[in-house]
Amino acid sequence: MHQTPLAAPYDDVVAEVIVNDWVSGEYKRIRFFVPSLAAAARAGQFFNIECPVVGDDRPYLRRPMSTYRADPASGELDFLYKVAGAGTRGLATLEPGMHTRLLGPLGKGFELRPEWRNIVILGRGVGLATLAPLAELAAASGVGVSAVISARGREQLLSLDRFEAIGARIEVMLDSEGTSGVETVEALLRGYAQAGLADAFFTCGSNRLMLAMQRLGKELKIPGQVAMEQQMACGVGMCFSCVRNFNVEGETISRRVCWDGPVFDLAEAVSW
Amino acid sequence: MVDMSVTIGGLTLANPVMPASGTFGEGLAGVVDYNSLGAMVTKTITAELRSGNPVPRVSELSNGMLNSIGIPSKGIDHFIAEALPFYRQYGSPLVVSISAPTVEDFASVAKQLNQPGIAAIEANISCPNIEEDGRAFAMTADSTARVVEALRAATALPLWVKLTPNTGDVSAVARAAENAGADALVVANTILAMSIDIETLRPTLGNIMGGMSGQAVKPIIVRMTYQCAQAARIPIIGCGGIASADDAVEYMLAGASAVQVGTASFVKPHALTDVMVGLEAYCRRKGFDRVTDLIGAISDGQMRVDEMDVAL
Repeated sequence: MHQTPLAAPYDDVVAEVIVNDWVSGEYKRIRFFVPSLAAAARAGQFFNIECPVVGDDRPYLRRPMSTYRADPASGELDFLYKVAGAGTRGLATLEPGMHTRLLGPLGKGFELRPEWRNIVILGRGVGLATLAPLAELAAASGVGVSAVISARGREQLLSLDRFEAIGARIEVMLDSEGTSGVETVEALLRGYAQAGLADAFFTCGSNRLMLAMQRLGKELKIPGQVAMEQQMACGVGMCFSCVRNFNVEGETISRRVCWDGPVFDLAEAVSW
Repeated sequence: MVDMSVTIGGLTLANPVMPASGTFGEGLAGVVDYNSLGAMVTKTITAELRSGNPVPRVSELSNGMLNSIGIPSKGIDHFIAEALPFYRQYGSPLVVSISAPTVEDFASVAKQLNQPGIAAIEANISCPNIEEDGRAFAMTADSTARVVEALRAATALPLWVKLTPNTGDVSAVARAAENAGADALVVANTILAMSIDIETLRPTLGNIMGGMSGQAVKPIIVRMTYQCAQAARIPIIGCGGIASADDAVEYMLAGASAVQVGTASFVKPHALTDVMVGLEAYCRRKGFDRVTDLIGAISDGQMRVDEMDVAL
């Protein structure tokens, strides 16, 4: 379970689409049958996906997407994506039986240390898609999961069922119901820490929530990890497009999200 | 059997296919056999520590891309300690790309790279992102001559000089580099360009301007390869929008002795392998026993280019 960065092999593989369905008004889930990659992908890793040229949409670069579900048993690999631009509009046109290329699994995924018995996951919006495989990995290893799930409204609670299925303790906070404030989140995280349910913190999808979790992690001396995004080109550390700044003991360090991440030490993350 | 070997300024390569600087590194080792490459070319290193440009550093075109990476560099000692041992694992010759803000600094970097395991220097005197508004040594023949003379005096390694398309007279720049002692010319770096997002009204690159690469630039750089091959006697390494063996053949017919595959590796990670395999298949299909038979084999004997007469 202790993951070594970049140890897993990766490859560029032609994968067959078996499902590509709308799961909400904005999001689609695409499922590939690609046993070699499904077996290799770890929670938090991503793939660089070739998106087809359709009509006026000519996406030249690939689109990085985090692993939403990787099932070695069935050979299925899922991604959740918002149809927003030329690349994702093209991806949305792929039908079962059609193919595209996937490069991966790439990057450094989440690390679950053997001594951690209970973890807290804090996610918002599509960030939950990245965190769901972590929750399942933790549950499969007998690690307790408390999940604080934030979204604009019920419509955006796309991965809630995945957290429910593993029996996580779940708190849902919605902008639409005025329950998603930072104070509420802090109070919840403090509660988990006091109850001995927070050996480690994990977050993805919100700068505001990341900062709250980072602050509390520092105060309570709880280690944490954050999954980050950045516009990418190559996905394998060569082009230096996807850099972000990190604060390492007071010094600003530039790191590549694709190669040094996309999962980073929460304590070193810088507001984006 | 096709003889795929080529000789570039005293350095013999097993085949004429190599990566372009800045589009290669550890990350492709998972999908490309580095021992099969004609050469390995590093990302440009500098003596000074450079953090690079603000994001966004890349933006997309329909058939290419813009970049304003800005040569982030951790310095020469870091390169020698961290990157060099990685490349030494492989048998292919290592070409180290270097840059510097002044003639003196260029020479100093070249001197410090007199290291075992380095087969040649590629002088990046053409990056549009390192000098303000894309200015670079290779924009004029005079500044090219000055920097190449200093580099020639500083290193005994084969010296490849990477030219820029952002010049009015690439033939004159090519001759200046040759006369100053270059062993080969890499034609060429990216084309200075910009684009604007009409929804946000903002430049698509954090640096406003950047370099254009990818398939869209190929005809422009094929033309420059042809011009440089006419103007200079030293070997030309073609670089610009090569994504397939067909593209590589076109460059060699125009006069290139070898080719670099760059942006294509970002969208097709196997591009380098595809080009190597496809180039040999082309030679076999067309009955060329040696890949070097392709160099300058364009059938243009009865044809004239008016601009060429002016330039020459």
